[in-house]
Amino acid sequence: MTVYLVRRLLALVPVLAVVVTVVFLLIHLIPGDPVGVMLGPDATPAQIESTRRALGLDRPLYEQLLKFYVRVLQGDLGQSYFLDRPVVTALVERAEPTLVLTFSALLVAVLIGVPSGIIAAAYPGSFWDRALMLGALLGVCVPGFWLSLNFIYLFAVRLGWLPAAGYASIFADPLAALRYMVLPAVSLGFNQSALIARISRSCMLEALQQDYIRTARAKGLSQGVVTWVHAFRNALVPVVTVIGITMAILIGGAVVTEIVFNIPGLGRLIISAVLRRDYPVVQGVILVTATAYVLINLAVDALYVVIDPRIRYE
Amino acid sequence: MSEIRRFARNRNIAVGAGVLALVVLAALLAGVVSTHDPRRLNPAERLKAPSARNLLGTDEFGRDVYSLVLHGAQVSLLVGVTTMVLTSLGGIVIGLIAGYYRRVDLVLMRVMDGLMAFPAILLAIALMAARGPGIGNVVFALSVVYTPRTAMLIRSTVLSLRELDYVQAARALGRRDLVIAFRHILPNCVGPLLVQSSFVFAYAILAEAILGFLGVGVPPYVPSWGNVIASGKNVIREAFWVSLFPGLALTLSGLALNLLGDGLRDVLDPRLRVQ
Repeated sequence: MTVYLVRRLLALVPVLAVVVTVVFLLIHLIPGDPVGVMLGPDATPAQIESTRRALGLDRPLYEQLLKFYVRVLQGDLGQSYFLDRPVVTALVERAEPTLVLTFSALLVAVLIGVPSGIIAAAYPGSFWDRALMLGALLGVCVPGFWLSLNFIYLFAVRLGWLPAAGYASIFADPLAALRYMVLPAVSLGFNQSALIARISRSCMLEALQQDYIRTARAKGLSQGVVTWVHAFRNALVPVVTVIGITMAILIGGAVVTEIVFNIPGLGRLIISAVLRRDYPVVQGVILVTATAYVLINLAVDALYVVIDPRIRYE
Repeated sequence: MSEIRRFARNRNIAVGAGVLALVVLAALLAGVVSTHDPRRLNPAERLKAPSARNLLGTDEFGRDVYSLVLHGAQVSLLVGVTTMVLTSLGGIVIGLIAGYYRRVDLVLMRVMDGLMAFPAILLAIALMAARGPGIGNVVFALSVVYTPRTAMLIRSTVLSLRELDYVQAARALGRRDLVIAFRHILPNCVGPLLVQSSFVFAYAILAEAILGFLGVGVPPYVPSWGNVIASGKNVIREAFWVSLFPGLALTLSGLALNLLGDGLRDVLDPRLRVQ
C-alpha cells in the first residue's frame, strides 16, 4: 500500500507539471500585449515597461516558465493587483465558504443519490424505480444555476422560509450558517445526486445478481439484510469512484452557485478577478482547484482498499 | 434502411432527436416566428408578465423574452455544434496519434491528464479571462476543455483495435500507417465518437449558458440563454419568467441530447448498455 501510494504520488508530478505550465501559459494567451491589457488604456509607456520588467515578461519564455515553477514550489503565487495582498492570502481567506459549500453539497448528493439508486435497484421495473430514474434523468439535465434561481424564487421570495442569498461562517454562527447553506447545498448537490443515483442503481443491480446474493437469500435472510449488508458493500466501489468525481465537479459547480447566492468564496474571487483582469488571482484559483482535484482522485483510489479488501495494490 | 430503422426504433433516440429537431427549427426560424426584435430596448414595456402581446413576458429592458429565447437557441446551437466538431476533430487527431505512435503517446497523454485535472468550467473561465468575451472565444475555451476527453476515448478505442487480426493483416499487406489509421481504424471509432459527441454537445450548450450567466461568455448584448437567465437573476423578485423560460429551453435541449446520447450508446454499443 505504501509503495503504491508513493508510486501514485510520483505519477502526479508530470500531471501537476502540466497543470502549472497551463496556468503559466494563460497570461500568454492574452491577445496583443498582456501588460497593456492588464493596466488598461490609461497606462503610460513607462508604466507598461516597468510592469513588464516586474513580471519578468521581458525574459525568454523558458526562463519565465522556470521562474514560475520555482515560485509555485515556494508557495508564492504572486501579488493580487487589486486586493493589495498576496494571492495565497486571498485564497486562504476565501477557501472556507467554498469548502463548506462543496462538502454540504456532497452530503446532499450522497444522501439523495445512494438511497435512491438502491431503492430503484431493489425493486427493478417498479413504480419507484421508474419514478426515481426519471427524476435522475431530469436531475442530470437541469442546469444547477437555473435550479438555484427557481429555488430562490420559491423558498425565499414566495414562501420566505430561507434567506435568498448571503453567507454566515459556520464557526461564528452555526445556526445562521445552516439557514444560509440549505438552498445552495441542495441546488448544487441535486445535479450530482442524479449521477450518483444512476450509478448506484446499476452497480446494485449487478451486485444483486451475484451467486453470493442467491446464497444469502437461500439462507433465509431478509430482503433488507441482503440489500444493505451483502449487496451494498460490494456495489460501493464504483459508487465511491463516482463520489470522488462528484467532489471534483462540485468544486467547479461551487463557483457558479457562489455567484447566484452571493457567497464570498473562491468562485466569487475568480469571477471578480476575471472582470478586473487580476490575472495572478485567476491563476491562483485554478492552480489550487486543479491540485485539489488531483489529490481527491488519489484519496479515492486509496479508499478502495479500505472498502474492498479484494483490491490489493502491490 | 434497416440501420435507420434500428435507430428510429430506439425510444430514447426518437424522443431526443425529435426534441432536438424542434430546437433546431426554432433557431433556424427565429427571425420568422419571433414577435419582436430581441435586441430592441423598450423601457416603457419593462417587466411585463406573459400576455398575448408578449407571449413569455418582457425583461428589465423591455425586451420580449419569447423572441430572446428563440434567438438564444441560435447562439446555443452555434456554440454547441462548433465545439462538438472541433473537439471531435482534435480528439481524432490526438487520439489516433497517441494510440498509434507509442512514443508520443506518453507525452500526449500526460498533457491530456494535466488538462483534465482542471474542473471543466474553471478552465473555461480562466481561458475566457485571457481571451475576453465573444462567441469565438467561448468555442475556443470549450474546445480546449472537452478535447482531452474525446482524445482519451479515441485513443483507447485505437489501442483495442490495433491488435486485431484485420489490422495486422493490413499491416502485413504493407499498408502505410496513415492508411491503416484512417481507412481501417477510424471507421470503427465512429460509434463511440458519435455517443461522446452528443454528450459534448450537451455540455457545451450548458457551459456556454454558465459562462454567459457569470458574465464572462458571449457579450451581454447578444441574446443567449445564459445572458437572459443572468438578467433574470436581478429581477427574480418581480419577474420570475425572465429566467424561467430560457432555463426551460436549456433544460429541454440538455434532456434531448442526453436521451440521444443514451440511445446511441444502446444501439451502437450494446455492451455499455446501462441496465
